[in-house]
Amino acid sequence: MRRSMLFLPGNTPNMLINGSALGADAIIFDLEDAVSPTEKDAARILVRNTLKYGDMGRCETIVRVNSIDTDFFKKDIDAVLPEKPNLIMLPKTSCEKDVLTADEYITEVEKKLGFPENTVRLMPLIETALGVENAFEIAAASKRVAAIFLGAEDLTADLRCRRTKEGREIEYARTRLVVAARAAGVDVYDTPFTDVNDDEGIVRDAENAKGLGFTGKASISPRHVEVINAVFSPTQKEIDYAYEVMDAIKLAKEQGRGAIALHGKMVDAPIVLRAQQTIDMAEEMQKR
Amino acid sequence: MKDKVVSSLREAIINTGLKSGMTVSFHHHLRNGDFVLNMVMDEIAALGLRDINVNASSLFDTHKPIIEHIKNGVVTGLSANYMAAGIGKAVSEGVLAKPVQFRTHGGRPSDIELGRTPIDVAFIAAPTADTMGNCTGKTGKSACGSLGYAFPDAMNAQKVVVITDNLVPYPLANWSIPETYVDFVVEVPEIGDPKGIVSGTTKITRDPVGLVMASYAAKVIKSSGLLKDGFSFQTGAGGASLAAAKFLKDIMLKENIKGSFGLGGITGYMVEMLEAGCFEKLLDVQCFDLRAVESIRDNPNHCEISATHYASPSAKSAVVDSLDVVILGATEIDENFNVNVHTDSNGYIMGGSGGHSDTAAGAKLTMIIAPMSRARLPIVTDHVTCVSTPGRDVDVLVTQGGIAVNPARAELKQRLIDAHLPVIDIHDLREKAEKMTGKPKKLSRGDRVVADVIYRDGTKIDEIRCVPKEG
Amino acid sequence: MKVLKKATAGTMESSDAYIEIEPCDDVEIELSSVVKAQFGDSIIETVKSVLSECGVTGARVKISDRGALDCVLRARVETACLRGKEQ
Repeated sequence: MRRSMLFLPGNTPNMLINGSALGADAIIFDLEDAVSPTEKDAARILVRNTLKYGDMGRCETIVRVNSIDTDFFKKDIDAVLPEKPNLIMLPKTSCEKDVLTADEYITEVEKKLGFPENTVRLMPLIETALGVENAFEIAAASKRVAAIFLGAEDLTADLRCRRTKEGREIEYARTRLVVAARAAGVDVYDTPFTDVNDDEGIVRDAENAKGLGFTGKASISPRHVEVINAVFSPTQKEIDYAYEVMDAIKLAKEQGRGAIALHGKMVDAPIVLRAQQTIDMAEEMQKR
Repeated sequence: MKDKVVSSLREAIINTGLKSGMTVSFHHHLRNGDFVLNMVMDEIAALGLRDINVNASSLFDTHKPIIEHIKNGVVTGLSANYMAAGIGKAVSEGVLAKPVQFRTHGGRPSDIELGRTPIDVAFIAAPTADTMGNCTGKTGKSACGSLGYAFPDAMNAQKVVVITDNLVPYPLANWSIPETYVDFVVEVPEIGDPKGIVSGTTKITRDPVGLVMASYAAKVIKSSGLLKDGFSFQTGAGGASLAAAKFLKDIMLKENIKGSFGLGGITGYMVEMLEAGCFEKLLDVQCFDLRAVESIRDNPNHCEISATHYASPSAKSAVVDSLDVVILGATEIDENFNVNVHTDSNGYIMGGSGGHSDTAAGAKLTMIIAPMSRARLPIVTDHVTCVSTPGRDVDVLVTQGGIAVNPARAELKQRLIDAHLPVIDIHDLREKAEKMTGKPKKLSRGDRVVADVIYRDGTKIDEIRCVPKEG
Repeated sequence: MKVLKKATAGTMESSDAYIEIEPCDDVEIELSSVVKAQFGDSIIETVKSVLSECGVTGARVKISDRGALDCVLRARVETACLRGKEQ
């Protein structure tokens, strides 16, 4: 279950060591924008050690490495891959080839380490106009891709428009990414809401993303994590309904009936699938 | 009758008949901006008096010159409810031969009123006073709001000197302390530095760990069963405590809960809660910031209370006895829930009980909020360096790594579990922290006692040993 | 090997450590720490072990520790060593 992903700057020990206590389903250790060029080496080693020795609890770990067109990319991968982060976030992914280039190197390192193939999954960060237009080929480029993620700050710069709280300027990108991800069968994550002091704005922004079909949302502030988790969690009503669906299916099977109805509505395969996903999430939520 | 104004502080001291070996007292409403304690002690030294016992409700680092008076034999005894780290370090290193007497905000007035700690002369800094000694903290350029801690001194000292930098014609309306207790009034250019007296607006903490703890704290209160109409609440001025108040306010407004009163040292956040309708009244023994000072002056529902009324255990009743929830801090807490707020983990004095053990004893729910570790030192230890508040009065410890409930509070524990809060056994919490930090080596303590910690009922609850100087 | 040049790593922020390293014939360690009484020995041991993992046999290391966890301290010392070994 990954509703919320929290960015933490890669060279700030105080933040890193407490990362797992901040309530996010996943922590993004940022080696890219949050780290100055002269501290890339320090952050890389610090993040590696945090992954190695730190207690991440039930938190997933994601490392945002530097983009493939920098000298840092391979060094970042070399340092963190042995510690098996759940995902590598690949910034500035604009086309299938970017994914394949990264995938090739990760595969090579994984082999050297003796890891099974695709141990560490990939989350391309789409933050250019070209990336948005190529969203499907990026999402479908490799089995290693587990999710795609929209980065609106860089994207709006590329689009030459202002980034607003309402987000009308990224509506197309959001919809496009959701469709591309779902078509490729991967998860899709929404860009962070950047006003830390706007408590109502974050709720609206997260609900909008949930409504469009996003799997979850990233955050740059721990204050937003709780809201994001709440918005992307199934409601008690949805959970109750999911159990009803599963019970009805079970009963139908026992009685040897094919098609069944619940509250006068046909229960078909997509409804069953969704019910199962809801129950899985509800069970996982109980553990946290 | 001729008015009570005397021409100088020196004259006032002489008029009181103060002699070597006597006890003088001070309040701490001007906090780190106070000029009065130093001014008076310098004059006492200049008069050649020695062996003076100083009973101050609290000592801040602006009072560091007192260390010189100790070294010179002018001051030979100290009592306080709180002592900041600068003076605390000197005391911990053994500057004073007699142990400091630490009391609580409720124990101090109680002991004064019961005659256990008689005061010969009380020196009362007053932001506004008239010529007969009616005085208040609510107005004047050095306004500090409530004068709560000065009441027992004014009412019980043999002689009372009011020192002001805003002398007004008689009579001052809306006085806090009436002329009936005052012997002399002295006008001075400045009683304090407004910047050190009250802080500006305190911003909600941005520290992620503080926010997580605050969010848990608010949820613990919500789940405790105490958060309903008539609710009463006190919280500290620390970042996480303030954030907890903010989250609590959100819950109260959302669920339309009308509380009864907010208590304590009052901050702008508590004022906001009053104004938003979360409370009917604020009962204010001390103002922490400008917003609180303005409110106590202008809002009739924001009431000044004396230290006795706030927390005295020998009063027929005190407000702490009616308190539902208090949020408090800790430098250490042990597996029996005993709390240390007097010393840091190296054994140096850097605080004091203040109202900690008074509110803990009175409140229905006493919550400690502290990070799992500070600078690599786990908050939970096997034995605290100093017992400030006994574990029997502490109900729950909130950290970012989980919430530990006193085993004596099984019902509360169940409520928190039912609310899906991350409840953890305090031993497990200690282990969890030590897994992160490593196990700290035990420190050896000095053999000399430098301070007695006196519980609110007047009995000694612990003592603090000296810290040997390094090297 | 010896470190080749003066280098630093880390910061003076809480939970971090600031490391200064410079060429020297032997290993010399100077420690100041807010938790020296509780963790001084363990910090020295960690520093020595990282130096040896990095193959450094000659360096003067000055540590200003602000309560860094062991894994943070390790990272900072390793960074300083790598920087000090660069040409």
